[in-house]
Amino acid sequence: MTGLPAEVRTPSPVRAPSPVRGELRGIRVVWERELIRFLRNRLRIATSLAQPVLFLFVLGTGLTRITGTIAGFDFRTFIFPGIVAMTVMFTAIFSAVSIVWDREFGFLREMLVAPISRPALLLGKILGGATVATLQGVLMLAFAGAVHVPYAPPLLLTLIGEMALAAVMVTAIGVLIASAVTQMEAFQAVLQFVAMPMFFLSGALFPLTGIPGWLAVLTRLDPLTYAVDPMRRAVLAHLPFPHAAATRLAPGITWGSWTLGTGAELAVLALIAIAALLGAVVRFRRAE
Amino acid sequence: MSASLAVESNTSPGDPASPVVAVNGLTKRFGDIEAVTGISFSVAAGETFGFLGPNGAGKSTTINMLCTLLRPTSGTAMVAGHDVVSHAAQVRRNIGLVFQDPTVDTYLTALENLRFHAELYGLDRRRFAVRARQLLEMVELWDRRDHLVRTFSGGMRRRLEIARGLLHAPRVLFLDEPTIGLDPQTRAHIWSYVDQLRASERTTIFLTTHHLDEAENCDRIAIIDRGRIVVDDSPRVLKDRIGEDRVDMHTSDDPAAAGALRDRFGITATPTREGLTFTVAGGEEFVPTLVTGLGVRVLMVRVARPTLDDVFMTHTGHTIRDSEGDGGGGDFATAVRARMGRR
Repeated sequence: MTGLPAEVRTPSPVRAPSPVRGELRGIRVVWERELIRFLRNRLRIATSLAQPVLFLFVLGTGLTRITGTIAGFDFRTFIFPGIVAMTVMFTAIFSAVSIVWDREFGFLREMLVAPISRPALLLGKILGGATVATLQGVLMLAFAGAVHVPYAPPLLLTLIGEMALAAVMVTAIGVLIASAVTQMEAFQAVLQFVAMPMFFLSGALFPLTGIPGWLAVLTRLDPLTYAVDPMRRAVLAHLPFPHAAATRLAPGITWGSWTLGTGAELAVLALIAIAALLGAVVRFRRAE
Repeated sequence: MSASLAVESNTSPGDPASPVVAVNGLTKRFGDIEAVTGISFSVAAGETFGFLGPNGAGKSTTINMLCTLLRPTSGTAMVAGHDVVSHAAQVRRNIGLVFQDPTVDTYLTALENLRFHAELYGLDRRRFAVRARQLLEMVELWDRRDHLVRTFSGGMRRRLEIARGLLHAPRVLFLDEPTIGLDPQTRAHIWSYVDQLRASERTTIFLTTHHLDEAENCDRIAIIDRGRIVVDDSPRVLKDRIGEDRVDMHTSDDPAAAGALRDRFGITATPTREGLTFTVAGGEEFVPTLVTGLGVRVLMVRVARPTLDDVFMTHTGHTIRDSEGDGGGGDFATAVRARMGRR
């Protein structure tokens, strides 16, 4: 007989694992898949660095000519945290895009018919996308020295933590959007109308103080704002630099008369992430 | 099968008395369109069961409901002893799937695709290594296990999907148009794997096809047309039940011959590209009578035992290819016909 030997054939190798363990394995394997796909695509890693590098070293250097030095330091130092946040945001959005891609090229079905719950699949996807986005952000952090930001371990750890939280939030938002978008073409539009405004309104390139009322409102509606401000505050705190100037450039986000501190800003990120994940779960359930 | 799973299902695996798939009054409506209309059938353990019908007949819709990807509008379906709506997770654990469109991840290697599947299904890691090797050897991809699937041809990808669908030793393997778009050699390979499976694992196989010759390979087929099952039996019984043979002929004057057939023998013939076609009981014995009694010179005559296309025609009033033409299949149906014609 040319078939399979008895040893592998008769007993079903499928155990009924404890539900929690099964879900955790599912989350892990979806996460791992994102990571493998990212690490295998070196070209994507390199091209994803092109845009932030242009912003930082071309736009940043150019604008330094007119801004001069703000309170005695380089404009590029000021925008550096925002540019790092931008790198994370774009990578995270692109990771979420891959759900649309998977839908079009079938792998999503392989996951949807597996004995894994929808929330576990989406959580794995979001954690995977967030890990990839954080790694890309870490690559961008390597340029810190070039714009006078010290490579102080406490600063780097703080930034990586904040990047990771921002990455989870943006990926969750991206997955929520992807749940409503079924065509790649439509997603291009979403990128233009979501990713670009998210970047420009986040205060990555300008301080949030003294801006017109309408713009102030828009910046506060932008989730990324709550990632850029704490990151900038962390960077400025590690520079030899008068306290007054630091508070002017990273004043904290105000809601009416209340100024959010770093803790409140990070809580906002976490809440938006959870809300987006729940929204995506509901949408993927309803899709059937 | 573990104890806990056996408790969940009241049916013991491999019990020939209990059907592996039991469908009752299954209906799926999309808006105003009823894609599947109250179908009922069952598939016994170890059986190879085929859904034969043109594109758009409701085959994939049915498969999607059985695989828990689509929620039925009404009716019930039990797969491996579990209800597809209320116990979707248990159903999923017991089925393997090969879709019409490839669902392997092309950025991963062949082995990685299998490993990810094993993780999603909670397979024992040690057993996975043994089983993955067996299956990759069966589909002749073991040498390519560490290659990215991007570099695979369509046939290799389909073979990988079959190996993947079998990895968790499902009780039912669903194959949705398993050989669509493949060259004849690969199609033959795929059927040889299916035959191996039937022999060695007694896996129940549920497949859909619009290829008549593939339907011939099934133990039992259900002919589905416009969302309804019109007949359901073994290909042999279905063909025998027709009783009449198909006669194709060409004469010096086909319209006159058609008239003579109607007037002298009471037979209604339909024109074809090469002449006329009709069915008659005892076709071979009828040929001498035909040639001498028709009154029109016969240039060619051919008698064929009934085919599944004749079965399809008898039960639906049209051939499977006709219905693809007017079924809105469009370019796709044309492409399928072109492919079928090439063989």
